[in-house]
Amino acid sequence: MARLWLSGGWLVLLALAAIFAPLIAPHDPLAQDLFLEKLPPFWMEGAEPGYYLGTDSLGRDVLSRLIYGARVALIVAVLAGGSAAILGSVLGLLAGYLGGWTDRAVGRLIDIWMSFPPVLFAILLVAVLGTGLSSVIIAIAVIDWTRFARVVRAETMAQSRMDYVASATVVGRSPLGTLWHEVVPNVLPTILVLLSLEMGITVIVEAILSFVNLSVSSDDPTWGGMIAEGRTQIHFALWILVAPMVALFLTVLAFSQFGEGLKDRLDPAAS
Amino acid sequence: MAEPLIEVRDLGLSLPDMNAGPRLGRRPRLEILRGLSFDIPRRGVVGIVGESGSGKSTLGRCLVRLLEPSAGRILFDGHDITHMAPSELTGHRRDLQMVFQDPMSSLNPRHTILRLIAGPLKLHGVEQAEDKAREALDRVHLGRAFADRYPHQLSGGQRQRVGIARAIALGPRFILADEITSGLDVSTQAQIVALLEELVADMHLTLAFISHDLSLIRRLADTIIVLKAGEIVEQGRIADVFDAPTHPYTAALKAAIPLPTLDDAWLENAQEA
Repeated sequence: MARLWLSGGWLVLLALAAIFAPLIAPHDPLAQDLFLEKLPPFWMEGAEPGYYLGTDSLGRDVLSRLIYGARVALIVAVLAGGSAAILGSVLGLLAGYLGGWTDRAVGRLIDIWMSFPPVLFAILLVAVLGTGLSSVIIAIAVIDWTRFARVVRAETMAQSRMDYVASATVVGRSPLGTLWHEVVPNVLPTILVLLSLEMGITVIVEAILSFVNLSVSSDDPTWGGMIAEGRTQIHFALWILVAPMVALFLTVLAFSQFGEGLKDRLDPAAS
Repeated sequence: MAEPLIEVRDLGLSLPDMNAGPRLGRRPRLEILRGLSFDIPRRGVVGIVGESGSGKSTLGRCLVRLLEPSAGRILFDGHDITHMAPSELTGHRRDLQMVFQDPMSSLNPRHTILRLIAGPLKLHGVEQAEDKAREALDRVHLGRAFADRYPHQLSGGQRQRVGIARAIALGPRFILADEITSGLDVSTQAQIVALLEELVADMHLTLAFISHDLSLIRRLADTIIVLKAGEIVEQGRIADVFDAPTHPYTAALKAAIPLPTLDDAWLENAQEA
């Protein structure tokens, strides 16, 4: 229970920061000031008041960039994670419930898809689609639907063997009506748990893509881009690298822990 | 005598044998049921007995057309439902209901009791479905307080009553009860059987009661069908079959009924101890 609240709390905080970034961020995340470059965070000597986490090599405020970076991370998590979930779940539900040739076709598609190395596949896709937020979202959804399809298919098969599905047939429900009204409510918790894990994964993938400069334009602050910039200053100003890494770590951890907590919570016998 | 509600003629069912590999591109088929013929009279209670694997549940699933027979035919009230397509069957579904063996599996764990019972009614366009569902809860002596609970909050006997309420709410003419007491303790079994007796009498139901418990069958049923390895080995009025079983298998089944008698040797042992 504590894990659900802690991880959920961090995610809510992050979401609020992302939504109200212009109100919260102490500085313009793009404003450069070469007189204030590589200022240390507030607890170190030589810190400048108002720059809580210091500044980067161009004198931009690290905290403000982190807050704006959360926007990109969360937009990608919600849209890419959600799209992958919808695409994969629909295919997994149909394959698991209908069986037969539908199941074989979806199964082959999953096998083929999963034999591509995902990060290379993503880089390739973004290179073809062109950089930008929408390309990143499409690339992640197109690659990661298999995570949902595999698990949802197996769970749907297991649920379809339950007598409540036969019982729905006896009382006269149509096959698709049975899938929607009887099977989906029982598979939905699995989908939600997976979605939470997937959102953590998309945050990492987005960071990787922005690390190699294939995400949004390099002007907009992203955590991956900040890590890439911080890497060059690692011997002079460690905080530039560490701050986005900590944010990334906490966020991915929160998503996975939220998923685990949700799993326990959504068991009908546990409520 | 009026014509029977259900007529079964030469019913057979075979399924592909999933344990055997395909030969010449075709899987060998397993015959589950072979040449079954019997009638279920209107307002009659027929008991179907047999050991595990004798095909009694499969037969039941053919009767409510959860399975499509591969041979023979089933007439329900004069209509041939043997190979009816799902869309045609919809009109008959209300008349052919089933109570399942394991209510934990047959009641959707995500739905409330009210939704479990009212859902099928709404599906068939019944007005005031929720009121009718609450009436069904009364009929199975559960009480309306159960309407907003979930299946996992109920005991085994209560869950089975919900299964019965779900079936009778639709106002069926035929109910198949597939081993509905096997997961319950003995006193709950007796209550469920008493409830069935009451409902059959009040609602003029025709009932097929599948069980491996002959003493329950003897109490409920008018006629009996004894299955072994997918074939009927004996059928007839319950008294006749019990008094003079013609097939050795029936005799063996009958001999397996535990009787509440105490023999002298046991009594002496008990007294010494």
